[in-house]
Amino acid sequence: MPAAKRVALLAVLALAVALPWLVANPSQLNFAILVLMIAQAGVAWNILGGYAGQVSLGHAAFYGIGAYTSTKLLLAWGLSPWLGMLAGGLVAVAFALAIGWPCFRLKGHYFAMATIAIAEILQIVVTNTDAMGGAVGLQLPFANEGWAGFVFNRSKLPYYYIILALLLVTLSASRLIERSFLGYYFRAIKDEPDAARSVGIDLTRYKLAAIAASSFLTALGGSFYAQKELYIDPGSTLATSLSIKIALVAILGGVGTLSGPVVGAVILTAIEETTRTVFGGTGRGTDLIVYGLLIIVVAVFYPAGVVGGLRDLGRRWRGPGAAREPLPAEGER
Amino acid sequence: MSPSLEILIQTLASGVLIGLIYALVAVGLTMIFGVMDIVNFSHGEFLMLGMYSSFWGFALWRLDPMFTLPFTALLLFALGAAIYHVVIRRIIRAPMLSQIFTTFGLMILFRGLAQFLWKPDFRSIDHSIVEGKVALGWLQFGTPQLVAGAGAIVVTGAVWWFLQRTRVGAALEATAADREAAALMGIDVQRMFALAWGIGAACAGVAGALLSTFFPIFPEVGANFILVAFVTVALGGFGSVAGAFWAGIIVGIVEVLGGFLLGPQYKLALVLALYLLVVLLRPRGLLGRA
Repeated sequence: MPAAKRVALLAVLALAVALPWLVANPSQLNFAILVLMIAQAGVAWNILGGYAGQVSLGHAAFYGIGAYTSTKLLLAWGLSPWLGMLAGGLVAVAFALAIGWPCFRLKGHYFAMATIAIAEILQIVVTNTDAMGGAVGLQLPFANEGWAGFVFNRSKLPYYYIILALLLVTLSASRLIERSFLGYYFRAIKDEPDAARSVGIDLTRYKLAAIAASSFLTALGGSFYAQKELYIDPGSTLATSLSIKIALVAILGGVGTLSGPVVGAVILTAIEETTRTVFGGTGRGTDLIVYGLLIIVVAVFYPAGVVGGLRDLGRRWRGPGAAREPLPAEGER
Repeated sequence: MSPSLEILIQTLASGVLIGLIYALVAVGLTMIFGVMDIVNFSHGEFLMLGMYSSFWGFALWRLDPMFTLPFTALLLFALGAAIYHVVIRRIIRAPMLSQIFTTFGLMILFRGLAQFLWKPDFRSIDHSIVEGKVALGWLQFGTPQLVAGAGAIVVTGAVWWFLQRTRVGAALEATAADREAAALMGIDVQRMFALAWGIGAACAGVAGALLSTFFPIFPEVGANFILVAFVTVALGGFGSVAGAFWAGIIVGIVEVLGGFLLGPQYKLALVLALYLLVVLLRPRGLLGRA
């Protein structure tokens, strides 16, 4: 890694650690936690959707499994949420492998829609299962204040550091995969599936490896959500709108780049919060209009996302020879 | 005949009627997909706009949705073609993710616009010319549902006839089969794409107009139809208009039967399970190209 990049990285990390002392009030700290939460899910999504190119629009299923597993284990047997978080990750992996096995033979749109269908079915089943709290959801106990209980009512500060650590773990895992043989296999599966198969790569096996890592990390985020909110319901942890948002931060920042989902999370959450506070109170959908327009503009004009776009810009700036071939934006003529 | 059998047949018949509407929505969606390989996530919003077109014709000028229906179709055709020219044209060769999120952005934008312009309230059309009930033998039907089903058959038939029997329709089919070859044969591919979006949006808009006499009208109403439309398109075979028609009827029947046997809360889950079964066991659907 170039020295300049390393310094920049350390500066960002130092800023992230010091941030709670720079913010003015608890609501800003909460905003920072929200950014880190969706960033963590986006980085986890990126392992499957970005590196391996298997576009999932059903990642809320894994998030919800994480949230519901740790919560049910806590409520039923008083299991520590830290262990519950691990259990949630493992249950999510089992679920991911079970659905990945049949679904990975589907390509493109067919796979994306299958993931929507599976997540929606799961949401409908949980909504209609009383043992899972049904449509009302599950309430977690407030009383276990402290690190052992994973509950912090007095100050949100510990939540901030836990999710920051979780994001760093997810980023490290993602980077490890990116740099290992897995990363090369994933990219081969994404860009040249037929060629990859012809040199003897077992596509399904490596797709399953990608979904296992991705679902495990996503589920950890789901358990964190449950402990932070101390209340979960199908609408907040299993909805397709959450799946879309998880994919969206990765796309906004840059699919298949390490930092892309984090950048996307900052941008998306900032825009969401701003439009909500500026226009949202009117209840007239102005925030939706801005949100929708933004998605269209990014998808149409920056298909490589913000990080990808900046990288292209940098290459072009350094010299025409280094510039990546631009995507053809026009139609047939 | 035993009462429970009567209820079952009555239920099946109502499933067929709603299935015909699903078919019409899916015909529009499958057309866009078949011609240019783009899945339109904002398709339900075309239906929503068709409903509002009917609603405002009725609320402002007391024009019945059945009279304003041709106008609604034209309006949505123009909107679909315009969206193609302004937005979709730019993403034809973009990665699938960009395409998905472009139409997803359109979906959010239209919902936001509908909320902004017409408020999030539920609205309905109270006194259409299609009111009351009709008895066919011992079967009872709501007139609006019956008229909607018949209208859906007529419009789906018209689209099918257009594709099979007209020169422009043939050009559209040729573009779907191989756009490079079609361009070499002198077909204006851009115009065909715009036409597919126009017809696709018009089908959804007409479905909205037909629904408007018996279904609540609100900005998010499209959400009730988009997933079902995806399933219908997959079942019929991506790109197949005739397939979408039969698949719509099957989906309608599965939905009401599922509601009948398992309870209405599992209707959508069953339809989605049907999607998974179809794409895993018979990926080209009923009548799709191999």
